[in-house]
Amino acid sequence: MMSVKATVVSTEVGQKSKKGFQVNATLKTAALGAVVPLILVIAWEYLSRTGVFPPHLLPAPSVICQSLMNMSAEGNLWGHIGITLYRLFIGFLIGTAAAVVLGAAVGYLKKAESLFDPLIQAFRSIPSLAWVPLFILWMGIGEPSKVVLIAVGVFFPVYLNIVSGIQSVDRKLIEVGKIYNFSSLQLIRRIILPASLPSFLVGLRSGLGLGWMFVVAAELMGASTGIGYLLVYGQNTYSPDLIISSIVLFAILGKITDSILKTFEAKALHWQDTIEKKA
Amino acid sequence: MLAIENVSRTFSNGETGFKNLNLSVKKGEVIGILGTSGCGKSTLLRVLSGLDEHYDGQVKIDGESVTAVHEKIGMIFQEPRLLPWLKVRENIPFGLKSDEHKTEKALKYIESVGLNGFENHYPKDLSGGMAQRVAIARALVTAPEILLLDEPFSALDAFTKMQLQDLLLAIWQQYHSTILLVTHDIDEALYLCDRILILRGQPGEIYEELTIPKLKPRGRGDAELAKMKDQIIKLLDLSQINNK
Repeated sequence: MMSVKATVVSTEVGQKSKKGFQVNATLKTAALGAVVPLILVIAWEYLSRTGVFPPHLLPAPSVICQSLMNMSAEGNLWGHIGITLYRLFIGFLIGTAAAVVLGAAVGYLKKAESLFDPLIQAFRSIPSLAWVPLFILWMGIGEPSKVVLIAVGVFFPVYLNIVSGIQSVDRKLIEVGKIYNFSSLQLIRRIILPASLPSFLVGLRSGLGLGWMFVVAAELMGASTGIGYLLVYGQNTYSPDLIISSIVLFAILGKITDSILKTFEAKALHWQDTIEKKA
Repeated sequence: MLAIENVSRTFSNGETGFKNLNLSVKKGEVIGILGTSGCGKSTLLRVLSGLDEHYDGQVKIDGESVTAVHEKIGMIFQEPRLLPWLKVRENIPFGLKSDEHKTEKALKYIESVGLNGFENHYPKDLSGGMAQRVAIARALVTAPEILLLDEPFSALDAFTKMQLQDLLLAIWQQYHSTILLVTHDIDEALYLCDRILILRGQPGEIYEELTIPKLKPRGRGDAELAKMKDQIIKLLDLSQINNK
């Protein structure tokens, strides 16, 4: 027993000293991630200035920065970002909620699976953009049709991951619950839900990705605000800087929202015994 | 305490499982069930624990016939089967109903399986032996009168195995639990059990029942036990399996 304790103490010390340069390590990773984009941006700027890229098709990064700054100074940039994020958020919430309810039922109950799964799979094979005309017909070109379209996009990846997550919960862990005479509800709450959390979070992340795709689609088709609208506006007014600014905005916002989910995922799943990548 | 009357459970057209088992176990007795693989040892424990309800015959605990998982039974599996998202001190009281002094009980059993200092570890940070200790504590926490152990130490190294066998012995001395131990380690059975059942055949049947009169704790190198080991090896008739 003594020797066991001794090794524990030493691992704890190890962890502490690790934390010391963990901050450094994250900075290092971030810096490494910035290397390639920086090189590309510098090359792009250089080629634009020397006239290799025609400015009416591909303006220099500095021009794009300038136009972003102008928009934010005028104040309407934040409005566009805000409305896009709002649509995405509401659509994401609705899609996820529906997916959780249906996915949990289909994953756990054989009956629900036979009842709903074939239909849902059939709906899944409809390209989601095919819904657009119908949604516009039903709900007009206002907010509801956009939000519903995003919700449809988010629904499927979340649903699929919840179902497969629940169905792949280790039978051995469920038996542990059975030994303690757990009711079905207790089994779900105390074993099945936590055990399928990893797969649920994967679903959330891919759902968010699709959500971004559909927010663009929704805003391309008849909106008067939002980043997607800026894209259309840029196309109609022949301003490539506006189009590229919008694309850059999508990239930045998409990355930020995904990082938020990723951080949440890491926090929620710290108990997982997975491989740490080589440095 | 525990009575098994003419219980059979077979699979795949009666080729595997066990049949016609009769056994009565007194309180505080340690029964070892030995047999080569495929003779229904683990199936027997699954039937007794209530996880497998599709059997013929009757299982009685204190005279009442068992139909579902019984609260007097605790089970320790071959693998620890800890819940990876719970810390050691949350895993141990996992089977308790909400209002039963979870923390105190957890700490008490952490103490009795010798895991002080590991309360806040997650299963991924434990060695195999420590994880199995947690599993033992988790089974003890509901104060079961009958402990079923399904090859509990077979995945551990020889030294950890001996430590945990001694732990089990200490638990038996402290709580006077009735223990059914399925194993394929003859030394383990001889070291811990009062009676050893030898299952043979497919489906398995009780072939022989040996009583070990020696008092516990026993010496691991005991000459008498060594003789019994020879006898058991003959009874198991390993040659037959090699010929297959």
